[in-house]
Amino acid sequence: MILFGYRLPGMSSLLVWGLLWEIVGQSGLTFFVPPLSEVTATLFSIIGTAAFQKALFETAYAFLVGVASAILIGIPVGILMGKSRLLDELLLPWVNVFLSAPLTALVPVLMVLFGFGMKSIIITTALFAIWIIILNSRAGVRQINRSLVEMAHSFGASPVDAFFKIYFWAALPEILGGVRIGIIRAVKGVIIGQLLISIVGFGALFELYSANFLMGHFWAVLIVLFALAFTISEFLAYLERRVAYYAAKR
Amino acid sequence: MAMSQIKEESAPAASAEFESAVSVKNITKNYGDVEALRDMSLEFPRGQLTSLLGPSGCGKTTLLKIIAGLLEPTSGTVEVGGKEVTDPGPDRAFVFQDFALLPWASVIRNVAFGLEMRGVAASEREAIAEKYIKDVGLAGFENAYPHELSGGMRQRVGLARALSVDADVLLMDEPFSAVDEQTRRKFQEDLLALVQNENKTFLFVTHSIEEAVYVSDQIAILLPRPSRVSEIIRPSSFRNKGVDNIRRDPEYLDIVDEIWASLRSYVE
Ligand SMILES: Nc1ncnc2c1ncn2[C@@H]1O[C@H](COP(=O)(O)OP(=O)(O)OP(=O)(O)O)[C@@H](O)[C@H]1O
Ligand SMILES: [Mg+2]
Repeated sequence: MILFGYRLPGMSSLLVWGLLWEIVGQSGLTFFVPPLSEVTATLFSIIGTAAFQKALFETAYAFLVGVASAILIGIPVGILMGKSRLLDELLLPWVNVFLSAPLTALVPVLMVLFGFGMKSIIITTALFAIWIIILNSRAGVRQINRSLVEMAHSFGASPVDAFFKIYFWAALPEILGGVRIGIIRAVKGVIIGQLLISIVGFGALFELYSANFLMGHFWAVLIVLFALAFTISEFLAYLERRVAYYAAKR
Repeated sequence: MAMSQIKEESAPAASAEFESAVSVKNITKNYGDVEALRDMSLEFPRGQLTSLLGPSGCGKTTLLKIIAGLLEPTSGTVEVGGKEVTDPGPDRAFVFQDFALLPWASVIRNVAFGLEMRGVAASEREAIAEKYIKDVGLAGFENAYPHELSGGMRQRVGLARALSVDADVLLMDEPFSAVDEQTRRKFQEDLLALVQNENKTFLFVTHSIEEAVYVSDQIAILLPRPSRVSEIIRPSSFRNKGVDNIRRDPEYLDIVDEIWASLRSYVE
């Protein structure tokens, strides 16, 4: 954006919103919104505490394991669905059901099945992420140019070669798009899981802060989570741009 | 007239003089209700170039893909080097009408793709690929990507890829359709040299009558769907007169006229 002849760096608008936050906070309109300066101060003070670091570590762990399993299972399943009519007929209805299902409602069931701990949170995270990854990988494979498949076949590509050298790359732009959306959903999954189970990670912290009306702490943790989610999403968007050179020309 | 012309009836007898690299026997191909090929039989002499000439949609690509083992015929058989084939094999290489390049791979990786599938080591296949990239006139574009090339250049990448695997039979589906006229003439000359120097069999699809007559040892004229071979023409006298004189040769001109006369009825 250009203002008064100066080129403003990206996300300058955040400054305006930050200022607004500070003003609302200072005015003492509601205890729910403490000034941004206070939140920032709290942020730095709690960031070094053992409770915060433990929460961060547990969340990161659940998130990474959950996302990794969603990706490692989701991409091959999606590609195979795109390739095989039979598998597609079998699985597609389920994928669509789970994609639109209110997964939050499933979390209590998962807790019964897998206990009140890390395992349930990891599975919740994976469940939030995996469906869109499957669906996008499938879509990526289905739009593949038939003549590329014929070409590989004519030069004697084995099914494994075709999978890794044709299907995967041809579907990569869609796959990355799916992974990005999947990861954003996984952020929701990991937090919702923790909130519902509320004895691990940030769930426990949130419980603690909101029960004691520590709004500064509450917002500080929220800012950290938003920033993390945003950074991850931007990184994936960057990867997507890396393959954009052929995405439009397949 | 110094022209040996073989009508359909006498074709089998005449082709007995040659050893066939590829023989197509009673091929029928239906796409659902669409009958693309009906009971087609055709011999492709070893070491020679045979053109398939016919109206659009008459099944030329279909025939080539059946020979390549990419499509299964509804009935009939294909023999390559005397053996019946049903799958692709290293004895055949295909030049695709729509190029079929990997958009995420550089020119050199595209050209080396066939060799990569055959398990040739990276350094070796790149050396081979480089040679053929140069041969088709794309030196300097080794690391370019397909979307950075013009249609004609992409087509040449597809050509280089097919040449690099050194197959006995080259199946070329309109390989020069996207190059400009000058390049096309150059490629036609190069193709003649290739046919002369390498003991390969070329199956060549084209829409251009002149091109077919110019480059072919044998021209098969196909009828519109359901397609059969209507006529086989074997230009005989001008092949050895040098590339520059072919287009002035009376037999060349006669054959062009005659093919036009027999195809004209399908256009009108
Ligand atoms: N996958 C397919 N499904 C149904 N019909 C098909 C299919 N492929 C080709 N056909 C039909 O078979 C006929 C022959 O097609 P083919 O592509 O072999 O023609 P062609 O001679 O190569 O044409 P052109 O010169 O335009 O490339 C066409 O009429 C086409 O409609
Ligand atoms: Mg065709």
